Amino acid sequence: MADTATKPRTVKFIITRRDRPEAAPYTEEFEIPYRPNMNVISALMEIQRNPVKADGTKTTPVVWESNCLEEVCGACSMVINGKPRQACSALVDKLEQPIRLEPMSTFPVVRDLVINRERMFQALKKVKAWIPIDGTYDLGPGPRMAESKRQWAYELSKCMTCGVCLEACPNVNDRNSFIGPAPISQVRLFNAHPTGEMNAHERLEALMDDGGIEGCGNSQNCVRSCPKGIPLTTSIAAINRDTTKHMFKKWLTS
Amino acid sequence: MSGNSYLPRKLHSLLGVIPLGLFFIEHALTNYSAFEGGLEGFNRSVNFLHQLPLVFFLELILIWLPILFHGVYGLYIAYQSNLNTGRFQYGRNWAFALQRISGVITFIFVIWHVWETRIQVALGNTTYEELGAHMHEIFTNPAYIVIYVIGVIAASFHFANGLWAFLVSWGITIGPRAQRVSSNICMGIFVIVAVLFLLSLVAFSGDEFASAAAAAGSASIG
Repeated sequence: MADTATKPRTVKFIITRRDRPEAAPYTEEFEIPYRPNMNVISALMEIQRNPVKADGTKTTPVVWESNCLEEVCGACSMVINGKPRQACSALVDKLEQPIRLEPMSTFPVVRDLVINRERMFQALKKVKAWIPIDGTYDLGPGPRMAESKRQWAYELSKCMTCGVCLEACPNVNDRNSFIGPAPISQVRLFNAHPTGEMNAHERLEALMDDGGIEGCGNSQNCVRSCPKGIPLTTSIAAINRDTTKHMFKKWLTS
Repeated sequence: MSGNSYLPRKLHSLLGVIPLGLFFIEHALTNYSAFEGGLEGFNRSVNFLHQLPLVFFLELILIWLPILFHGVYGLYIAYQSNLNTGRFQYGRNWAFALQRISGVITFIFVIWHVWETRIQVALGNTTYEELGAHMHEIFTNPAYIVIYVIGVIAASFHFANGLWAFLVSWGITIGPRAQRVSSNICMGIFVIVAVLFLLSLVAFSGDEFASAAAAAGSASIG
């Protein structure tokens, strides 16, 4: 009978860790029991339950962030086998082993796989990625949006501010103030809205500031990396057209 | 760099096509006249150009100042970029990296090339009439041939791929299909312009320009 017993299947992980924001990164290897249909998050949970390295020595549990577990919140974005993506939708069965996990180090690393994506939200504030409808009286219903326009605008609204496009972009780095692809696409979304359009110039001018849309170098990694399939390069080119027109309009009418 | 970077970046993009791209095509055609029309054809093209009215100001405003701005600002743009083709091996990302690499190569090559040709004419070491012979003398050194081949291929790629990026940056080609078609057209332009320059290198190092160089050499001795 002994011949039929097989070694329990395991999954190997190599995880880039860091204890404090200013500390040097190091890697640790883990080998955890395989379970069917596991994803990277459930593997990290297993390491959390039993923080033992592949060589049998104990370590601190690996720290990560996650929330929705269905690829709509963006919290668990990390670099998995070299590509930035969400850990919740990274199925172990579809990954080459050993599975390498790293933080998206384009952003400040807080600890292990946890990063600070504050610049994403600062960027949305900078480009005014909202529809201003507050007033002192009821403004009534806004203008209607054409169905044909709503359909492509809906695709842009899928952005979850996850930061994958910034991690993939060669022009988002500490020598460059480029705002990144995501907020440019949000400008297109809110400028397409019939009420948002009334403040279109404010969003365009925010992108014609230092570190704005001019920082795009057309590597187009963003559109290849976006987990939601948002046509980021189409948005960037469309906003390039709008900012160019706005530039000439300002020159010729002021 | 502090302040607004939108306008200088936009100007950099514009100057790359107008006037520099147009001058680059003109340069390719002038050189190609050496292959098509031999020494006589080349001299005719050179004569036409340097007899243009206000030629000094045309050169200054349409070539030298734009190259200086495009080159120096381009070095700054290259410095601001990470090359991540190791992690993202997509065609466009390679083009992004090559655009920066070819730009740096082209800028260095152009400075050296202008020193070798236009500045030597300005210093009186050679004349427009002797340029064909002068080019042949440069090409008697195999190292210079290699440098010129690398230089013209880098410059041709930088121009053609830059034209593609110009169309995106000015919001002319927006959708993925338009950008794919313009990419194919621009790569066609890259091949055509590079071949024109390479054929002119063949002509300059050929027999006809050799005898011109010999004649020029004996004339200067005599």
